[in-house]
Amino acid sequence: MQNVAKQNTTQKNMAHQNIAQKTQTPLIDYLLRLGDSALVLGQRHAQLCGKAPALEEEMALMNVGLDLFGQARNWLGYAAELMAAELMTGKIDADHLAFRRDAQDFRNLLIVEQPNGDFADIMGRQFLFDAWHVHLLDGLAQSSDPRIAEVAAKSLKEATYHLRRSSEWVIRLGDGTEESHTRMQRALDNLWQFTGELVQFDEIDQAMLEAGIAPAPETLVTRWKATVEEVLEEATLERPSYDAWMYTGGKVGHHTEHLGFLLAEMQYLPRTYPDATVW
Amino acid sequence: MYAQLVETGTSKLKSLDEMGPEERQFQERINDEIKIEPKNWMPDAYRKTLVRQISQHAHSEIVGMLPEGNWLTRAPTLKRKLQLMAKIQDEAGHGLYLYSAMETLGADRDEEIDKLHDGRAKYSSIFNYPTLNWADMGTIGWLVDGAAIVNQVPLQRTSYGPYARAMIRVCKEESFHQRQGYQILLTMMQEGTDDQKAMVQDSINRFWWPSLMMFGPSDENSPNSAQSMVWKIKRHSNDELRQRFLDQTVPQLELLGCTAPDPDLKYNQETGHYEFGEIDWQEFFDVVKGNGPCNRERIEARRSAIDNGAWVREAAVAYAAKRQRKAA
Amino acid sequence: MADWPLFEVFIRSKHGLNHKHVGSVHAADRSMAIENARELYTRRNEGVSIWIIPASEITASSPDEKEPLFDPSNDKVYRHASFYKLPKEVGHM
Repeated sequence: MQNVAKQNTTQKNMAHQNIAQKTQTPLIDYLLRLGDSALVLGQRHAQLCGKAPALEEEMALMNVGLDLFGQARNWLGYAAELMAAELMTGKIDADHLAFRRDAQDFRNLLIVEQPNGDFADIMGRQFLFDAWHVHLLDGLAQSSDPRIAEVAAKSLKEATYHLRRSSEWVIRLGDGTEESHTRMQRALDNLWQFTGELVQFDEIDQAMLEAGIAPAPETLVTRWKATVEEVLEEATLERPSYDAWMYTGGKVGHHTEHLGFLLAEMQYLPRTYPDATVW
Repeated sequence: MYAQLVETGTSKLKSLDEMGPEERQFQERINDEIKIEPKNWMPDAYRKTLVRQISQHAHSEIVGMLPEGNWLTRAPTLKRKLQLMAKIQDEAGHGLYLYSAMETLGADRDEEIDKLHDGRAKYSSIFNYPTLNWADMGTIGWLVDGAAIVNQVPLQRTSYGPYARAMIRVCKEESFHQRQGYQILLTMMQEGTDDQKAMVQDSINRFWWPSLMMFGPSDENSPNSAQSMVWKIKRHSNDELRQRFLDQTVPQLELLGCTAPDPDLKYNQETGHYEFGEIDWQEFFDVVKGNGPCNRERIEARRSAIDNGAWVREAAVAYAAKRQRKAA
Repeated sequence: MADWPLFEVFIRSKHGLNHKHVGSVHAADRSMAIENARELYTRRNEGVSIWIIPASEITASSPDEKEPLFDPSNDKVYRHASFYKLPKEVGHM
């Protein structure tokens, strides 16, 4: 408790303390997983600004980015409130979590931090994530936690549209030209190792399931696989094996090398001007 | 001004009596404030000038995404990130509205974009300046969008129907951009640290003169203005709009508690207008000709986005054709 | 964007109002055209319904035909409610 009292000082001090580790409840951790995945994928969209393959696509990519940052703000805002209650301080908010944590405290999925690459990489990443995200949000919309249910219901509408678009692009590229097919298959093969995490469940997922907060893993896995198989078949793409070796760790803070650079750029201003409290 | 130095291709104004019957009817419509629509007869020079002006305006919106995109990944809060992203997205949208209006004149968007990419088409000189600190996101919203709004509001009454309608949409959506920018600056000046305040002043110092240049050269050095005014595709002179912008901006500058990098800036009690120092037109013409700090980078960024996307666009066409064959 | 044809876009803004022409988009096919129109023309909740049509399939009246097409209805004043003068006692009709 002494630690807690010490933390209840200024925001500047907070910046240097590892708040995530001091407030580990399964619910907070779960909210960070949701919020960080949305935030990091949103940041990948921010990096795409001005680089879309067509002007029309510029609009679409930024719409997805706006949706994701909005979702991140909702999930992280809730996590911050719970943390502030744990620590008995009012100094934590969504921005604090987004801009003052280091990579090991981020709980996002590895797939969302993968670099943008070409448009096949971008749409492949989006599709594999959306196909999972939609079914997860659909389950979370029935959550016993009313705040989670509310955010999930709103996010579900957005994610459903994201999935429609990313599916269409995977199909177009897969069944388009020889070049686009080759690129799409290569993207899929490269990204596949990060899908194990989507369907892997640990003690935090278990705790959420028992509390009635999150949906049952079996349903989510079955539905994710069904969506992926349907789209890949129409796209004339070969689905890599579910039994392939999988790269995991994002959910517990063990990331790929890419996340550190993404955060360095994203967090540059609050880190460089730690005394600034407003922007 | 987003469309600077638009060439009209006419050296001398014609009187109504010197015009043939079609041109006379066309000019009388314009004089009566009746909109010219795509299928109406119009002089070739009017069509060409409009294509040049609207495409320049559209290119400016699209290139204008880049200096702000430069800070989108580094916006300091989630709220600022969302605002900036929405604003940049609007700019892409405004570019598309304008290209759409341009295409009603029979011009091809891809061809016009090619002209941008190989340096034949111009865009607003302002976007060739670098964005070097976060306050630039505020200054662009406040000064650059502010100048653009002063220029665009009268264009809602321009003689060409599709252009006027596009401008109405743009103006309606743009109203939040300037406020968003000013608020960024005001927040830092009122509640920020010394570092943040210094950032704001530095940004104003760099963008002040280029913003005034946005309206284009003085009236005596604008050989195309007279014809554009008769056609009502330009409704006020460059100097008039520049003055209007300055008069509304200086009080806002004072409210921020900042200064302009112009020792000659002063209020004239008699005229009720602000007076300002000499604009460095050599700098303006250098930037317009491609020798600004970021000209090459901006064009290269646009060209590589479109070139790198060629295989994606081709794939979409190939897929659409396949599906159509299947349906047939 | 080469070869992405042009589609004209019509949006119905509120229930009960007609679809209104708002501009155009480029797209590879019709479903992409609907999505591109949604991204471009309904960013501020403007629309509840979108129509798209390939620009090449629109037939427009020519301004030269303006007189034969539209002038005849100019003198059909009986088509307008104000043509019918009714006594004040009838009230609003």
